Amino acid sequence: MYIVEMGILELKQTLNGHRGRVWNVCWHPNGTCLASCGEDKTIIIWGQQDPKWVVKTILTEGHTRTIREIAWSPCGNYIASASFDSTTAVWDNKSGQFECNATLEGHENEVKSVSWSCSGQLLATCSRDKSVWIWEVNDDEYECAAVINAHTQDVKKVRWHPNEEVVASTSYDNTVKIFKEDPGDNDWSCIATLSSHTSTVWSLAWNKEGNQIATCSDDQTVKIWQEYKPDNEPGIVTPNNESVWKCVCTITGYHTRTIYDIDWCKTTGLLVTACGDDIIRIFKEDSDSDPHQLSFTMVCSMDTAHTQDVNCVQWHPTIPGQLASASDDGSVKIWFYNE
Amino acid sequence: MLSFLRKISIGGRIKDGVPTSDEMEAVEDCLDAKNRGLISQSNTELKESVYGKLIKFKIIIDLLRTIKDPEKPQTLEQLDVVYEDCVEILRQTPKGVSIIRIEFNPTVPHCSLATLIGLCIRVKLERHLVALFKLDIFIKKGAHSTEQEINKQINDKERIAAAMENPNLRELVEKCIQEEE
Repeated sequence: MYIVEMGILELKQTLNGHRGRVWNVCWHPNGTCLASCGEDKTIIIWGQQDPKWVVKTILTEGHTRTIREIAWSPCGNYIASASFDSTTAVWDNKSGQFECNATLEGHENEVKSVSWSCSGQLLATCSRDKSVWIWEVNDDEYECAAVINAHTQDVKKVRWHPNEEVVASTSYDNTVKIFKEDPGDNDWSCIATLSSHTSTVWSLAWNKEGNQIATCSDDQTVKIWQEYKPDNEPGIVTPNNESVWKCVCTITGYHTRTIYDIDWCKTTGLLVTACGDDIIRIFKEDSDSDPHQLSFTMVCSMDTAHTQDVNCVQWHPTIPGQLASASDDGSVKIWFYNE
Repeated sequence: MLSFLRKISIGGRIKDGVPTSDEMEAVEDCLDAKNRGLISQSNTELKESVYGKLIKFKIIIDLLRTIKDPEKPQTLEQLDVVYEDCVEILRQTPKGVSIIRIEFNPTVPHCSLATLIGLCIRVKLERHLVALFKLDIFIKKGAHSTEQEINKQINDKERIAAAMENPNLRELVEKCIQEEE
C-alpha cells in the first residue's frame, strides 16, 4: 500500500491587469519578474514590491491580434512574443525600457509558440501553417535558418532542449517531433516522432537533464517519453545510430478536460499541469519508480484554481515550489506548493 | 411557451419528471425575472434544480433556434439543424460548473459550412450566457462525412479564438448570430 502525502498549494496573490483571456506567463530567468500576455494584445511585466507583485510595465502596440506566448531570452534582456497576427516580435530593454526592435515575419498565419535555445543564439517559432521556423540571432538581427515542414497539422508548441541545440514540437496532428541540425548539410530534420496521444498535443516540458519529455493532450492524459541513446543499457535498438524515444509513463484518470500546459520543475522534479477543468494538479515520481516504466502519483489537486480554464503553468526558475498560472478568467496567479 | 417547456420535459431530458402545474408557474415566474434583466442572478442561484435546468434549456434553445444559416435565409431551427433535444446539461467539474453539450445536424453530409455553424453556436452562447459553463459542440453522429475532423476543430479554443480575430470570418458569424428584435 502506497501512502500518498498530499501537499498544499497556497495562493500567494492574484494579479489582475489583463482584459480578457490570459494565454501565457513566463518567469524572467533570474525569477525577479514575470511576464504575461493574452487576448488584450498586451504584455504585462510584473515585479515584486515587497511583499506584493505589481505591474511594472505594460507593452502595447507590438501586435495587432492576440499575443499567444512570450519567452524571456536566457540572458534576460529580451522578450520574444508570438501572436495570432502571424508575426513574432522581439523586445529589448537596452535603453532601460522595453522596445520592440525586431518583427519576424514569414509564417502564413497565427504564430502559437516561441522558444529561445539555451545559448540564446537560436529562436524557434511555430504556427497553424504547420511549420516550425528556426531563426539565427546575430547582434539583434534575426535570420531564418530553416523552415521545417514535418507536421501535418497546426504546430501548437515549440521547446528547446535545456542544454543542446535540439528542439521539440507538439501538434494538432497528435504527435510530438524532435528536430536537430545535420552538421553535414546544415539542414534541420526530424530525428524522432513520438506517437501515442490520441488527440491534439498541446504542450511539452523537458526534464532538467533533457533525456525525458512530458507532454499533455486533449486526450486528457500526460505522457512521459524517455531517450534511449545508441548502446543503451536495456539494449533498445537505435536505427541509424540515432536516439530512440519511448513512452515510459501515461498519467491517466485524473484530468477531466483538455490539458493545456505542463511544466517540469528543474529543481524538485515535480510536474504541474494546467487543465480545462479549472484545476492545477501536481505529480511526483514515486521513489520506487522503475527507470524504464516510470510511475507518478498526484500529490496535489487545486480545485477551482481559476474560475475558468487554466491555460498555462510555470514553475519559478529558482524558488522551489513557487509557480505562476494564467487563465481564461483574465487573471494570473502566483502559488506556493508546500510538500 | 408552456407547451414548449412541456415538450422538453416529456422528451425525457428532465430526470426529475414532468413538472406539476405549480412548478410550471414557478418556472414562468423565473422566466419573467429573466425578462426583467435578472438573467444572471436567476441562472446562478437556481443551479441544478428542475426549474434551473428548464430555464437553462429554454434560454439555450432560444439562443440557438434564431441563429441564421450562413447561406440560406432560414434559421437553424427552420432547417432542423438544431432541435429540442440537441442540448444536454451535464454537471461535471467538482465545483459544479455545468458542462453544456450541444449536438447539431448539418443539412447535408458534406455541408462545407458545418464548421462555421459550430463557430456561430459557440460564439453566441459564450456571449449571452452569464453563468460559468463549459461548452462541447458535436455534429450529430453519422450526419457528416468528416464528422471527427469538424468536431476536433470546433472544440479547439485556440483555433476558435484566432478565427474570431479574422475580420471576414467574424463578419460572417456576426451576421448569423445577430438577434432581430
